[in-house]
Amino acid sequence: MNRVHLYALALILTAIGLGLFLYKVLALRFPLAPEAEVSIWNVEAKVTFTANHEPVKVSLLIPRSTRRYAVTNDAFVSRGYGITTTTQDDNRLAVWSIRKANGLQTLYYRAEVRRADTKPPVITTPRPQVEKPVFKEAELAAAEDLASRITKRSADHETMAADLLRRLNQPQPPDSVALLLGKQPSNLDKADLAVRILGLTGVPARVVHGVQLKEQKEKAPLLHWLEVWEKNRWQALDPATASVGVPDSYMAWWRGPQPLVQLEGGEALRVTISMARELEDAIQTAVIRGEITKPLLLKFSLLSLPVHTQQVYRVLLMVPVGGFILVILRNLVGITTFGTFMPVLMALAFRETQLLWGIVFFSSLVALGLLIRFYLENLKLLLVPRLAAVLTVVVILMGLMSIFTYKLGIERGLSVGLFPMVILTMTIERMSVVWEERGSVAAIKQGLGSLGAAALAYLVMHQRTVQHLFFVFPELLLVLLAVTLLLGRYTGFRLLELWRFKPLVTKEK
Amino acid sequence: MIKELTRRLAELGIMGINRRNADFTLALNPRRYYPLVDDKLATKRLALEAGIPVPELYAAVGRESQVRHLAAGLAPHEDFVLKPAHGSGGDGILVIAGRAGVNYRTAGGLILNREELEYHVYSILSGLYSLVGQTDQAMVEHRVRFHPVFEPISYQGVPDVRIIVFLGVPVMAMLRLPTRVSEGKANLHQGAIGVGIDLAAGVTLGGVAKHGLVSEHPDTGISIQGLEIPHWETQLAIAARAYELTNLGYLGVDLVLDCNRGPMLLELNARPGLGIQLANRAGLLPRINLVREYYHGPADLPGAEERVAFAREQFRAS
Repeated sequence: MNRVHLYALALILTAIGLGLFLYKVLALRFPLAPEAEVSIWNVEAKVTFTANHEPVKVSLLIPRSTRRYAVTNDAFVSRGYGITTTTQDDNRLAVWSIRKANGLQTLYYRAEVRRADTKPPVITTPRPQVEKPVFKEAELAAAEDLASRITKRSADHETMAADLLRRLNQPQPPDSVALLLGKQPSNLDKADLAVRILGLTGVPARVVHGVQLKEQKEKAPLLHWLEVWEKNRWQALDPATASVGVPDSYMAWWRGPQPLVQLEGGEALRVTISMARELEDAIQTAVIRGEITKPLLLKFSLLSLPVHTQQVYRVLLMVPVGGFILVILRNLVGITTFGTFMPVLMALAFRETQLLWGIVFFSSLVALGLLIRFYLENLKLLLVPRLAAVLTVVVILMGLMSIFTYKLGIERGLSVGLFPMVILTMTIERMSVVWEERGSVAAIKQGLGSLGAAALAYLVMHQRTVQHLFFVFPELLLVLLAVTLLLGRYTGFRLLELWRFKPLVTKEK
Repeated sequence: MIKELTRRLAELGIMGINRRNADFTLALNPRRYYPLVDDKLATKRLALEAGIPVPELYAAVGRESQVRHLAAGLAPHEDFVLKPAHGSGGDGILVIAGRAGVNYRTAGGLILNREELEYHVYSILSGLYSLVGQTDQAMVEHRVRFHPVFEPISYQGVPDVRIIVFLGVPVMAMLRLPTRVSEGKANLHQGAIGVGIDLAAGVTLGGVAKHGLVSEHPDTGISIQGLEIPHWETQLAIAARAYELTNLGYLGVDLVLDCNRGPMLLELNARPGLGIQLANRAGLLPRINLVREYYHGPADLPGAEERVAFAREQFRAS
């Protein structure tokens, strides 16, 4: 019954721990490796114009977060201008205004853009209204002819639009198409025309304007593509190739027939869009992405703490890992150490000194401490005063060691001050008792065992990957706890016991 | 190789530390009974109440202020043993074998003055040797003069007999012989020799030292095999009765054989060591399983005498 209870508990803990872990890895895409970096894009729109002693109003369409890209940290740089942002239909609009301006004006809009790739939102808005497009008399017949052709052949809006775009892209277009598009039509022309022809058939469609996120020179060209309304969602089509969907690197900036920027009270208006790629810790991206989509989970995570507190927890979360290593060393291997968790604390202290120096400092402190402890033995002091005396001596030795190593130019010596002195004192005391009761060999053996355990704990606890995993996925502690619980009922032999009882087996042969 | 070794040891029914802790001490020895065995003064009191012979208690010291009166109280006794009431593994035991003028002579030949003796008592009181470091009591008791039969195979200290008692049934026994390495102490991990005992006859089998299996005493060179231990039946009976004394299902009973007073209960241990299996070249688990087959629980346990008879019948060395 006890066993069933234990297994059930371990199973539940593992399930919760692994479940959260997998959710964060797969759904929130938290990085498994500490060095993982992802690109973010710093996108900038620069508006220049010349003002001439008049009130100025500049309206710039700015991007909004889509299912593919998250737009954050909007910033507007503009001296003396008032700025308001509003949402119009599917677009965001920024309006700069100033009572009076003169000469060359430069306004900036900047934002950070990250890949988001959230699930397509369920749109509850009804099917958009289609305004009857207006064609010139001569064009109308050609447009209606095209419209009727594509309606006959298509099962749904998407294939209808694709069919239309194919017709618009024919190398030798029929006269009707040539008439509608004119000579050397741009993608924008094709998309615009497609929207109007689809409008004739009553299919909602719109032109999307955007940029391609890639490293490029100064100015990023505007791209245009088509979106048709297909069963509750917008489907993108590339007007140049008539294929369904656009490349992932396309970021939509605005939608519809409006121009990108409008100006009142100035002239020589120019807009340039540029972008720069930056690398960012993947974890940072995951957090920002998560804050946009799943605010609650991250509100209660370690990553929401102030940075220096995060550092504290990075270390603290390693303590259970060290404890787990000791469970293995003691219960599975059978190594004896001074004090159950002394090696874990030593491993924490080694963080500052690094392993090699840590071992040197620890060994010399314990050796010197032992010498003094043996001397104190002659004075026949009672236990607690003796411990306090050894503690004092240990602190003095630590100070001296820091001073001497510093004078010798060994900076590491300064971090001796972070050694857990109480633990050191107890180690010295217990080592001296073992030395007297069991002899020097046993004492040194146990001392080396403790040091070895501390070194091993250090090596594991300071793996960047291990630290990263437990800090980003603290739920893994539940899994660790489950395994520890199971090990708590491990009744098999310890590794060193096998060696101890080996004579019984060899005798049999 | 590890797998093979594990398999063969498991076949022999060898009990490991994890197994002992999880399935025996944790399962059969309720924590609340531990003070009865961890405190040697309590054990002594219990044994006396039950009519089990123990080494006579000369003095018990519980407070620092009593220490200065100790020397006067011990004046009538030429020799004695000073030990912590909560000691473990033989730590902190001081055997005074006689006097050298006003000073004390230890079994190891060291001379201690009164101050040094009192310092040892202070150390004991402050908890230096106790199991968890809490303040302790010091006790002074009769120094056992061991039976002459052990003379050729002992070095300095007193040999004792360790019997493992499972649910009141003695299941395995060994004789522990002090050596020069162990400095007169009878604990295996300090270097004493463990010698297996045929439970039925009370005759010694082969032995084990720290470095491996042995058949002679390393200091005297005399064979440790085939020795018949006197008063064996009585020793088994004391061990079996220790179960009723403490209610501990898995118990190590330490007995000494005084040349004048016969077998005496020295101390009890709730977490007895596992080296006894090496001394007996046998695993504990098959014997324990045999007891389990016969007796399902404390309810249908027969009296101590019957349990001893069962043990002598079942655990005959082949």
